[in-house]
Parts: sequence; C-alpha cells; structure tokens
Amino acid sequence: MLPVIWFWIVATMVAIYVVLDGFDLGAGIVHLFVARTDRERRAVLKSIGPVWDGNEVWLLAGGGALYFAFPALYASSFSGFYLPLMMVLWLLILRGSSVEFRSHIDNALWRPFWDIVFSLASSLLAIFFGAALGNVVRGVPLDAQGDFFLPLWTDFQPGPHAGVLDWYTVLVGLFAFATLAQHGALWVAYKTEGAVLARARTAAAITWPLVVILTVATTIVSFRLQPHLGASFAAHPAGYCFPALALLGLAGIFVFHRRSQQLAAFLSSAVYIVGMLTSVVFGVFPNVLPANQDPALSLTISNASAPDYGLQIGLLWFAPGILLTLCYHVYLYRKFAGKVRLDDGGY
Amino acid sequence: MDSALALHRFHFAFTITFHYLFVQLTLGLGFLLFVLKTLALRTGDEHYNDAARFWAKIFAVNFALGVVTGIPMEFQFGTNWSQFSRAAGGVIGHTLGMEGLYSFFLESSFLGLFLYGEKILGRTGHWFSAMAVWIGSWMSAYLIVATDAWMQHPVGYALGSKGEIILTSWTTLLFNEWAFWQFWHAILGGLVTGSFAMAGIGAMYVLLKKHGDYGPTFVKVGVTAGVIAALLVAFPTGDQQGKLVGRHQPVTLAAMEGHFETAAGAPIAILGQPDVDKQRLDNPFLIPGVLSFITHTRWEAEVKGLSDFPREQWPDSIPLLYYSFHIMVGLGTIFIAIMALSFLQLWRGRLYASKPLLWILMLAMPLPYVANTAGWMTAELGRQPWLIYGLMRTSAGVSPHVSSGSAMFTLLGFLGLYTLLLMLGLFMIWREIEHGPGHEGPAH
Ligand code: HDD
Ligand code: HEM
Ligand code: HEM
Repeated sequence: MLPVIWFWIVATMVAIYVVLDGFDLGAGIVHLFVARTDRERRAVLKSIGPVWDGNEVWLLAGGGALYFAFPALYASSFSGFYLPLMMVLWLLILRGSSVEFRSHIDNALWRPFWDIVFSLASSLLAIFFGAALGNVVRGVPLDAQGDFFLPLWTDFQPGPHAGVLDWYTVLVGLFAFATLAQHGALWVAYKTEGAVLARARTAAAITWPLVVILTVATTIVSFRLQPHLGASFAAHPAGYCFPALALLGLAGIFVFHRRSQQLAAFLSSAVYIVGMLTSVVFGVFPNVLPANQDPALSLTISNASAPDYGLQIGLLWFAPGILLTLCYHVYLYRKFAGKVRLDDGGY
Repeated sequence: MDSALALHRFHFAFTITFHYLFVQLTLGLGFLLFVLKTLALRTGDEHYNDAARFWAKIFAVNFALGVVTGIPMEFQFGTNWSQFSRAAGGVIGHTLGMEGLYSFFLESSFLGLFLYGEKILGRTGHWFSAMAVWIGSWMSAYLIVATDAWMQHPVGYALGSKGEIILTSWTTLLFNEWAFWQFWHAILGGLVTGSFAMAGIGAMYVLLKKHGDYGPTFVKVGVTAGVIAALLVAFPTGDQQGKLVGRHQPVTLAAMEGHFETAAGAPIAILGQPDVDKQRLDNPFLIPGVLSFITHTRWEAEVKGLSDFPREQWPDSIPLLYYSFHIMVGLGTIFIAIMALSFLQLWRGRLYASKPLLWILMLAMPLPYVANTAGWMTAELGRQPWLIYGLMRTSAGVSPHVSSGSAMFTLLGFLGLYTLLLMLGLFMIWREIEHGPGHEGPAH
C-alpha cells in the first residue's frame, strides 16, 4: 500500500512539474516568434521571471521524493541515462542563466544572444523530456542487478537493442515539443497584450491541430509497442477516466481559445497535460521502469521501493511540507496575477 | 585507484566545490540583506533600502548561479554514485527530499517576490520576503549538511539482509550531533564570506571616494558582522568540529594534523610538510601539548598517531588533507586579526581614515572563498577511503556501467561550461559594483 501511495505522489509531482515548468519552457519555445522587440521580450520574460525557479523546484522535489521512496529506480535510471541526463543538466544551466543574465546589460548584441540561448535550450529540453518519457514506456535493457547503460542511439528501431533515441522516442519528443509550445503560447496569451497577444494566439492556433494529430499517432504506436498499456486499461476500465480527462482538455483549449478566454484555454491545456501523463502512468503501473529484454527484470513499485518505516515517516514530513508549498504558490501566483506590466519596476 | 573511480570523484568534487562558491555568499549575504532591510524598516531611512537594492542585484546573479549549479548536484548521486544511492537512498533521500520541499520552495517563491515585488508588497511585505529568503537558504544548508553529516557519522540506521541500509530513526538522522556543529560552522563560514564581501566593497568605495555614504555603511555593517562571524567560526564551532573528528574519526584527525606517532602531550604543528613514505613531518614548527589539549582538554593526554592505525584506513591523500586543514585554520586566524583590528578602529572612529586597513579589507575579499573550499576539502578528503564512514568504501559506491570515457566527457563539459559561467558572472557583478547603489536596477 505505501509504495502505491508514493508512486502516485511522485507521479503527481512530476505532472505538476510538467504543467508548471512546462509553461515557462513553452514560453521559451515560442519566445522568438511571439516577441520581436526588446520591450515585447521583456514582457514574455517578466511573465515567467518571478515563478520559473519555483516551477523548476517541482523537478527537484519530485526527484527528492523519488530518491528516498524508490532508491533503486533513482539509482538505475539516472546512471543508465547518464549521457542524456547530463545534457539535460547543461541545458537547464544555460536556460536558467539566460533568464537572469539577459537583463543585466542593455546592449543590442547581448540581449538577442541570450534570447536565442533561452529559446534553443527550452526547445531542446522539451524534446529531451518527451524522449525520456518515451524511454520509460518502451523499456530499457535492465540486467539482474537492476542496472543498464544506454547509448544515445543505435539503429533507431525501438527493439530490444534500442538506444535513448529511436523513431518512437523521437516521436514522443516532438509530441512533447508541440504540446509545450502550445501550453507556453497559451500562457503568454493570458499574460500579455497587443502584438504579443495576437502572435501568441497565432502560435496556439497553429499548434492545436499538430497536437491533435500527434496525440492520436503516439497513442496508437504506444499501445502497439508496449502491450502492458492495453492490458492495464483492459484490467481496470476505470482507468479510462484519465484519457477522457485529456480529451476534455483538448476540447477545452479549442473552445476557450475561440472565445478568447485565455486563462480558461491555458487551464484546459493544463488539464490535457495532466490527463495524458496520468494515462501513461496508469498504463505502466505497477512497473516503474519496464525491462525490454527480459520483462521479469522490470523495476516495479515493490522491488524498487524503500522499506516501510521510511515510507511512513516520509508521509509525516511530506504532508505539512506540501501544504506549505501550495500556500506559497497560491500567494505568489495571486500577487502576480493578470497581465504583465512593464512599468512597475524590476528590482 | 582505477581511473573511472578517480574521475567520478573529481567530477563530484569539482561540481560541488563550484556550487559552494555561490552558496557561501548566499548564506552570508542573505542574512546581511535581511539586516539592511530591518535597518530600513526600523529607521525609516531610504538609504538602507537603496543599499539593500544594490546588494539584491549582486545577490540575484550569485543566487542564479547557485541555483543552476545546484541542480546537477541533486542528480549526481544517481548518475555517478548509483550503488551508493541504491544502498543509502532510503536514508539520505529524506534529508534531500525535505530540502526540496521545505527550503527550495520557500527560497525560490520569496526570492521571486523579493526581486520583482517591491512595489506590490509594501515595506513590511518586502522585509518579510527578505526574511523568508534568508531562512530558506539556512534551512537548505541545514538539510544538506545533515546529509553530509550522515555520511561522516552515520546514525539511525540498520543493515538489511542484502546489505542495504535501512532507516530506523528519522529523528536521529535529522538531529545528528555532527550536523549541529557542521551546520553552524558552515553557516558562519558563509557569513565570513558575506561580511568580507560587504566590507571589502565598502572599503573600495571609500578609497575611491565614490558613492558617498554607501561605502561607510557597507564597511560598518560588514565589519560588525565580520568580527562576530570570524570569532564564532573558530570558537566554539571549529573547535567542536575538531573534537568530533577526534572522537569519531581519530585516524582522520591524525592525518589532518600530520601526527604520525602516538604521543602523550602531543604537540600541534603550525608549519611542516608531511612525508607519508618516511612517516614524518619535514621542517616542523611545533607547539608542545596543544594537540592533546584541544582534543582532550588535558595538556598531557595521549593522542593516537597514524602509525597506530592499519594503512588501509588512512585517508588516501594525506598531504592534501593536511595542507587544506592548515590553510583553513591559518586563514581563520588571519580573519580574526583583520576583523578585530578593523572593528577596533571603527569603534574609535578612525577606520575610514586608515588607508592600509581599508586596502587590506578590500584585498581580503577572495580569502574566505579559499578558507571555505579548504574546509570542505578537509572534511571530504578526511572521510576517505570511506564514502559512508565505516560502512561503505568510496570504491563500492560508484556507478558500475558509466565508463571513464563518459565520466571524462561530462567532466570536461562541466569544466568548460562552468568556466564560462564564472567569467560571465564576475563580469556582471563587476558592472553592478561599478554602477554602485542608488539608482534603478536592471529592467525586467
Ligand atoms: C571561512 C571559512 C572557515 C574558517 C575561517 C574556518 N573554517 Fe573550518 N570549515 C569550514 C569553513 C571555515 C567549512 C567550509 O564550513 C567546513 C567544511 C565542512 C564543514 O563542516 O565546514 C569546515 C570544516 C572544518 C573541519 C572538518 C570537519 C570534518 O572533518 O568533517 C574542522 C575540524 C574545522 N573546520 C575546524 C576549524 C577551526 C579549528 C577553525 C579555526 C580557525 C576553522 N575551522 C576555520
Ligand atoms: C553537504 C553536502 C555534501 C555531500 C552530501 C557530499 C558528498 C560527497 C560525495 C558523495 C563525494 C564523492 C565520493 C568521494 O570521493 O568521497 C564527495 C567528494 C568530495 N566532496 Fe563532498 N559532499 C558535500 C559537500 C561538499 C562541499 C560543499 C564541498 C566543497 C566545497 C565538497 C568537496 C568534496 C571534495 C573535494 C570531494 C572529493 C574527495 C575525494 O575524491 O577524495 N563536498 N562528497
Ligand atoms: C551534494 C550536495 C548538494 C546538492 C544536491 C545541492 C542541491 C541544490 C539545488 C538543486 C539548488 C537549487 C535550488 C533552486 O532551484 O532554488 C541548490 C541551491 C542552494 N544550495 Fe545546494 N546543494 C548541495 C550542496 C550544498 C551545500 C553544502 C550547501 C550549504 C552548506 C548548499 C546550500 C544551498 C543554498 C543556500 C542554495 C540557494 C541558492 C544559492 O546557491 O545561492 N548546497 N542546491
């Protein structure tokens, strides 16, 4: 029971991470397109400035929960995905520094340079995160010690000898890119006015049909590639509520976007993302990392979790901590609610 | 030592040492910013608010670099030390997870409010967010130090049937006696860095006759905090750290002190170069009895030397350990002298006219960085050859499938990226220092 609770806690934290950091990553993806002048770019950056670090902390806090609740999963996945993970770290470093560095020097070369770094790093991160999810669905070559090491790519086939990148994981990567681009565009549309708002709406209008097509395509391919997904839904039909949530979100984006209700469209996108992620998580459960050569070696919630005492005491410190965190988030987002104003000072 | 292991160790050492360059200033400056905001709130003097705004800009660059270099640390336990993580994650994952939940969220949310929200929040609200950032950074330090303390002095665990380490008492883990002293010692080390930075830049402004009253304000706040921190970092916190090492890692203490032969009334080495092969200290300058006194508070007590321990328990880089420790303690003594003298002159109202002392304050700015780095090298090299003291060898903790080539590649990547970051960071901080306080900040 305890490992199941922690499995869902970690999954929820990851979902919150994708929804929150997803919009600032997405703002980065569309940054160069929606904002052309320095003033416009400052508006986009200011819409994420006070919150992006807090959003990223969900990744760290989720990682911390994963570390003590499923140490074996943390150990084998992080060492197995060594090279791509290090690249993700470098991209996170570049992105974080570009947001901070840009504003310090007012110069016609300095600022566009960091804008490009910011946008490029955000785009690549979205693709990498998608590919990572693809790897978890497809499975990795775990050995009897629970270890593996993946090359970056082999023959691009998602078979038992696949690398980190194959056509399937690349597809999921592109899917994540389109989803987050839309999510970010909707955020920017909600936070800005004038020309930026208009271009952000264009970006959202372009990405929506792409997201629909990619949703259908990846869903079909995933069910074929990983039979466990189908089996999970067949065994517990209640699980269909997750994909239903995703569809609801997708429809919501369309409707609210047309009515120019930008906040509602953005929230629908959040619902869509949560629906998609929980569907995957539900389909993979009770595995946490499937083995693609010998399924018996898969890491599951029971063979990867820490002993009960730790999981119990973890709930004790987790509950008040997450409540506090939610309070800061509500306070922070309310203080900075509404359209960005450029004239009320930075620091 | 095989080369993959050596590379993984250097990988971790380099990235954490780099992270700590920024962290130490955050720990000190976060508190001093809170002091400036409190002065502003209590005196109603806008001067202190301008001073706080100036330091907030430097704080922001430094903090951003601390954040981006901290993120890799959170992952490296898994990427480079997977066997260690599998065995010990169920224990230290608690302190690391709590750090994310309790301190990073607090820090990052309120830093956003502090930097972007001065006009929205009002005076008290802005003061409060400065306090939250300060408390968040110190909490973060406590929880991560508790993680390190558990590796130095493991408590509250039992061993499972497959050799896995099982947490048995969360409160023991959290209130490890080692963590208490290590925390205060590290915090005060950070405060020394912050005070020297503030006093040093103030001294520079006074010497340059630039930026009016701000120079004297920075010198005053920096020197007052500095004299307290420099004293407390040595006594009681440094002293107590040494006693803990003596009690729980006697072989480490012997290596730190370059103490090869067991002796009653053991002397302390002020100078000397350890020669591990011949097992002696070359060109020593010794003060008799002092080592016995500081470890056992008795002048004639017996202190075990390295030769009384089997060689495979000796730390594996004794000279480096010895020099690191002596550099830290030597600098600590110098800091007390500089700050005490400056404080005396400040009190007598003569500091701003004393050019030599202002020069010293300005030039001493980098030294606390050396002392803090040397301190961590003492702690971490002294722990060797153990990854978890007495429980797991460093060689047993490394990721088995990450080859030396991969480790070399990512190490070089970090070296390059971090060199660039450091140059850019220093460049931006230098520009803020040149602009000086008292005008609007960067436009966000
Ligand atoms: C400005 C920084 C600074 C200064 C002046 C000092 N220290 Fe320090 N010291 C640190 C900053 C530091 C540190 C970076 O914070 C360390 C590294 C690990 C730790 O807990 O604190 C440390 C570690 C450390 C250790 C190693 C503990 C271990 O092996 O785990 C000892 C024994 C001392 N210190 C003792 C002292 C003494 C007796 C000092 C007398 C002047 C002193 N330190 C000055
Ligand atoms: C408090 C959190 C810290 C933890 C949990 C931690 C843990 C570790 C680990 C796992 C290693 C690698 C294994 C080893 O070689 O022992 C290591 C090595 C090292 N760390 Fe730390 N460390 C911490 C803080 C620091 C800081 C702040 C510094 C320096 C400023 C530092 C300096 C080093 C050095 C120099 C090594 C290399 C030692 C060697 O390879 O012989 N550590 N530490
Ligand atoms: C292996 C050990 C360490 C890990 C895993 C680690 C992890 C991190 C991470 C992920 C962040 C960014 C948080 C954010 O996004 O807001 C961070 C920042 C920070 N860390 Fe570390 N850290 C380590 C060592 C240390 C040590 C030894 C200290 C202090 C004694 C420390 C104190 C801080 C502080 C004060 C910050 C705030 C940002 C700043 O550096 O300016 N950390 N750390």
